[in-house]
Amino acid sequence: MSEKAKSAKEHNYESGLAVVAADKIKDPGLEPHRVRMTDKSVAHERAANRQVAALFILSALGSAFAIYAYFAFPLTDDLGTVRTNTWWMGIAITLGLFGIGLGAVHWAKTLMPDAEVSEERHQTRGSEEVRARAVEIIKLANEESGFSRRKLIRRSLYTALALFPLPAIFFFGDLGPNPADSLRHTMWKKGTRLAKDPDGTPIKASDVTLGSIFHVIPEGLQDLHETKLEEKAKAAVILVRVDPAELKETDERKSWSYDGIVAYSKICTHVGCPVALYEQQTHHLLCPCHQSTFDLVDGCKVIFGPASRPLPQLPIAIDAEGYLIAQSDFNEPVGPSFWER
Amino acid sequence: MKRAMKNSRRSPFAAILVIAAGLVMSGGGYALATTAVESATPKTAISAQEQVKEGEKLFLANCASCHGKNGVGTANAPTLIGVGAAAAEFQVDSGRMPAQASGPQMQVKPKQFTSDQVDAIAAYVGSLGVGPDVPTEEMIAANGDVKNGGELFRINCAMCHNAVGAGGALTEGKYAPTLMGVPNDHIYEAMLTGPQNMPVFNDANLSPKEKKDIITYLKYVESNPSAGGYELAGLGPVAEGLFLWILGLGSIVAVTIWLGAKSN
Repeated sequence: MSEKAKSAKEHNYESGLAVVAADKIKDPGLEPHRVRMTDKSVAHERAANRQVAALFILSALGSAFAIYAYFAFPLTDDLGTVRTNTWWMGIAITLGLFGIGLGAVHWAKTLMPDAEVSEERHQTRGSEEVRARAVEIIKLANEESGFSRRKLIRRSLYTALALFPLPAIFFFGDLGPNPADSLRHTMWKKGTRLAKDPDGTPIKASDVTLGSIFHVIPEGLQDLHETKLEEKAKAAVILVRVDPAELKETDERKSWSYDGIVAYSKICTHVGCPVALYEQQTHHLLCPCHQSTFDLVDGCKVIFGPASRPLPQLPIAIDAEGYLIAQSDFNEPVGPSFWER
Repeated sequence: MKRAMKNSRRSPFAAILVIAAGLVMSGGGYALATTAVESATPKTAISAQEQVKEGEKLFLANCASCHGKNGVGTANAPTLIGVGAAAAEFQVDSGRMPAQASGPQMQVKPKQFTSDQVDAIAAYVGSLGVGPDVPTEEMIAANGDVKNGGELFRINCAMCHNAVGAGGALTEGKYAPTLMGVPNDHIYEAMLTGPQNMPVFNDANLSPKEKKDIITYLKYVESNPSAGGYELAGLGPVAEGLFLWILGLGSIVAVTIWLGAKSN
């Protein structure tokens, strides 16, 4: 190669403007072929032969055992039998299939010919003849169909194609109900009694002793059928009695508690898990999902974790018979943030 | 530091050893003395009044330094007036009390008293004020409704103690202990009295029948293997995820490497 040609090669502009450095990492090429032990020694070849056969036999034994296990570990009313049944059948079927796979791969790797073959990738760009022929076909198609010539047909086709996807917009609207303002309201109304989850027994203020926690649903929720879980997911409340001297209440919320009994939404303001881990002495209320921690005696303010808002408080009072009732619904939406909140 | 130790005649551990020896001797002597008292009076002969008296003695010797004379409480420990015999029995019988060290939570340790002594202390604490009493055998027998117990457990207990009672973490070093292997009476008393940071579940909240159902559920879980295979301690998605990441992905990587490797 002449000196001039060499320097021209150092800066190669062929693939656009990027400079291809002459000292880029060289293609290492193929590794030198290494002769396998099974090709060199008869003993090794025999050993590999036995190994492959052993793997296939293992597979056969596994499959046979799977049939045996089906009858030997039947499912009964005892839930524990599910575990033994699944365990043995699973292991046996795994052996059955995995043994065949392992054996086949081992066979191919050790005993089948190991000649190495390399194939070049073909060019992405077609040859000039192929490209010319393609242009010819397109032109001919245009000629024959009159796509360029027949304006009316072409434009009406464009209109049809543009309108075709539009109905889907309306259909998609039916994929789920429009939540409307259901995210802002729960089952709680003025006068709804606080009741025990799950049986719906109303709770008297005197039942809630110091340090108690009650898991609460609105009375009547236990009798709902189709909408029970939807309503519970919004209306679940926890009820705790603390020493009234420990409560830090804003003036606005002074009337929301009753003699140290406070009720807060159980739905975490982060992503809606049930916040229910209550520590009696520290009054921490903890969410099990992401460890958001709320201070129950201080308006359920967030003191740790990813929640960004305090838990909404349910204003409570007692009725003439001494049962705890709600003064109203929550004064803010419960649960995690949504687009308009 | 090392040099100073070499030069001094006594190792700094000597003092600790001497104190430990003294404690073992006086404690051991006391234990001997109390068991002697115990064996001198046959159990059946103890009247309720004598039991309270015996409990008072034990209380003064073992509990009063923190809980105060007559259980009025000090700056170090709460008053025991009105906590009831159930609370005392739970704390002392499970070995949580007398406390080993102060910390976020009192730990379970080997029981420090004989069962008769525990009963005496419980009787004494129960006599200090009106409070929940120790449950009877019938109340804690695990022959209730498993299904109802499971539902109540998931609503009231599972958030802290885990759906299968394996326990879980709380804030600042506190934790809800595992309920596997806990005696029936301790489970009942814990619900009734709300020890440490556990809230109280009085009889208006969980009726005695419902408490019995919960105990039945826990005993069912304890004695029946999980249908879903190995529980990995029942600690939930973190333990299970870690197991899969390491063992599941690890074996997939190992098989892939083997597939791609040339045979020797």
